Amino acid sequence: MSREILQVSGLSMRFGGLLAVNGVALTVKEKQVVALIGPNGAGKTTVFNCLTGFYKPSGGTILLDGQPIQGLAGHEIARKGVVRTFQNVRLFKEMTALENLLIAQHRHLNTNFFAGLFKTPGFRRSEREAMEYAQYWLEKVNLTEFANRTAGTLAYGQQRRLEIARCMMTRPRIIMLDEPAAGLNPKETEDLKALIGYLREEHSVTVLLIEHDMKLVMSISDHIVVINQGTPLADGTPEQIRDNPDVIKAYLGEA
Amino acid sequence: MNKHLKQAFFAALLVWAVAFPVLGLKLSIDGINLIVHSQGPFTLTVIALCSVLMFLRVLFDKQWSAMMKSAPKGSLVSPKVSNFLTLPRTQRYIILGLIVAALIWPFFGSRGAVDIATLILIYVLLGLGLNIVVGLAGLLDLGYVGFYAVGAYSYALLSHYFGLSFWICLPIAGMMAATFGFLLGFPVLRLRGDYLAIVTLGFGEIIRLFLRNLTGLTGGPNGISNIEKPTFFGLTFERKAAEGMQTFHEFFGLQYNSINKVIFLYLVALLLALLALFVINRLLRMPIGRAWEALREDEIACRALGLNPTVIKLSAFTLGACFAGFAGSFFAARQGLVTPESFTFIESAIILAIVVLGGMGSQLGVILAAIVMILLPELMREFSEYRMLMFGALMVLMMIWRPQGLLPMQRPHMELRR
Repeated sequence: MSREILQVSGLSMRFGGLLAVNGVALTVKEKQVVALIGPNGAGKTTVFNCLTGFYKPSGGTILLDGQPIQGLAGHEIARKGVVRTFQNVRLFKEMTALENLLIAQHRHLNTNFFAGLFKTPGFRRSEREAMEYAQYWLEKVNLTEFANRTAGTLAYGQQRRLEIARCMMTRPRIIMLDEPAAGLNPKETEDLKALIGYLREEHSVTVLLIEHDMKLVMSISDHIVVINQGTPLADGTPEQIRDNPDVIKAYLGEA
Repeated sequence: MNKHLKQAFFAALLVWAVAFPVLGLKLSIDGINLIVHSQGPFTLTVIALCSVLMFLRVLFDKQWSAMMKSAPKGSLVSPKVSNFLTLPRTQRYIILGLIVAALIWPFFGSRGAVDIATLILIYVLLGLGLNIVVGLAGLLDLGYVGFYAVGAYSYALLSHYFGLSFWICLPIAGMMAATFGFLLGFPVLRLRGDYLAIVTLGFGEIIRLFLRNLTGLTGGPNGISNIEKPTFFGLTFERKAAEGMQTFHEFFGLQYNSINKVIFLYLVALLLALLALFVINRLLRMPIGRAWEALREDEIACRALGLNPTVIKLSAFTLGACFAGFAGSFFAARQGLVTPESFTFIESAIILAIVVLGGMGSQLGVILAAIVMILLPELMREFSEYRMLMFGALMVLMMIWRPQGLLPMQRPHMELRR
């Protein structure tokens, strides 16, 4: 099997007296889809926040390609190719769908002040390429006809798709989706599943997701990590998790 | 009813309490004694009338608001017109028209009018610069005047000690102010909202006090005087040229006329304002302009996409300061004198008022607001004592009727063409 891209061990996060995450470990291999599941309040989003630099973990190591990234600022981690979506969509609501995608490419654009001021050929080319790349992804997520609408006016499912497209603009290696199927109808969930598959197959992106929709999780994940009350409960293939008595107990309560 | 009566009575009393000490009494000095006179019966009648009006207004508050509600809810301008006026394209044409007018009229205008127009242009330049920081990047900067001072003193000092000309000093002053913006912005921009406002306010004052107390270099409270005026490719506009220089009127074989100098200064100011307009127009369509907008909307999302918030904010702060530097050095050249007292907090407040009054992010708005803010006090000289009062009243009225500013602008969107 392929290389390990992300290795997390002994991750813990303490807020004052509350130990929200305690000793979580997970290993993600390249081009895998790994799901992080657990009951509400288990600390899944906190794990995400630690991995993407929004929190400074209180302990543990996070290795990206063998390099430690724990404690780096959020934008530095994003620049290393780890980007995320948010549980409640965070688009730039006053800007159009297209502009949302252009902003995410900021780092890849010609941001030279004078080049932009005088519209040098290099600057025009960079803007045109950004536009084309944005257009490509708008088409992929079926939003081409909404390109010039402000993001805040899009339907919820469209906003979710736009957020994923926006992540892809940064040319990521790992994309972390926080409850991507929340609030989607069955049809949209199917589309999402196809989209995640597409990300992996065509763009060699590794996907880490938090999700409550078990049908989706079981069907697309290569590997599942279960956490409960901040501590790791189980991990394994979907089949192993499905039959694990501890997991059933955590989800359904004591029999 | 009893409660309303009580409230109304107190409101009327309040009118007296506020208006009588301010308007109803007059102080005069006799030797070393201060004598308090009462104002004439006319002023007292006006105050009494106001208090009666206030009494009635509060007493019939319910009826009044019911009447206001039932009145047709038509705003001053129809939404269609308003939408048309706020379109970037419309505003661009209006600005183009204004530029043409601004280029032509000084040759026909009076000397005083051109002089005031020059002052207005300085404020336009300052307003446009602050607009980058406040309107586009959403950072409330109350110490903007500090960078203005840095620009002014850069030129004044370089001219005074090294005899450098205005055109050499202009970019240097811009860069100096930008450097200050960068250095001050670095620690400050970690803060948000109100905290940022307070700290920038402090920095603005620090720069002024620094200039004031550095007596050996800056002349302290006396400032620096006899600063050289800008030249037209080495030709001065004075009646008699200094050694090794030629005057404008001699070179072109014209009669000496002092208005030439005024018009020239005006055109230099116009040039600077046009430069600022051009730069900001481009910025709006550049990646950094988009990033400012995005950062104003959602900093967390920006960080998640790999944008460094500090760098982006810093670029806005630095650029804004740079324009203040240009304005400052021009100001120094025009006045021929800089003192620390030209750069008090009230200047910052006026510049910020111009930005807010005009409508955040709108260039045309800034231009209109600068005209209003500078021209009104000039036209109403006889009321100059009440300047601050009117200033406050104007702000309150604006907040009630047009909180979005005189002429806000819809941001130009990038469009996908198919």
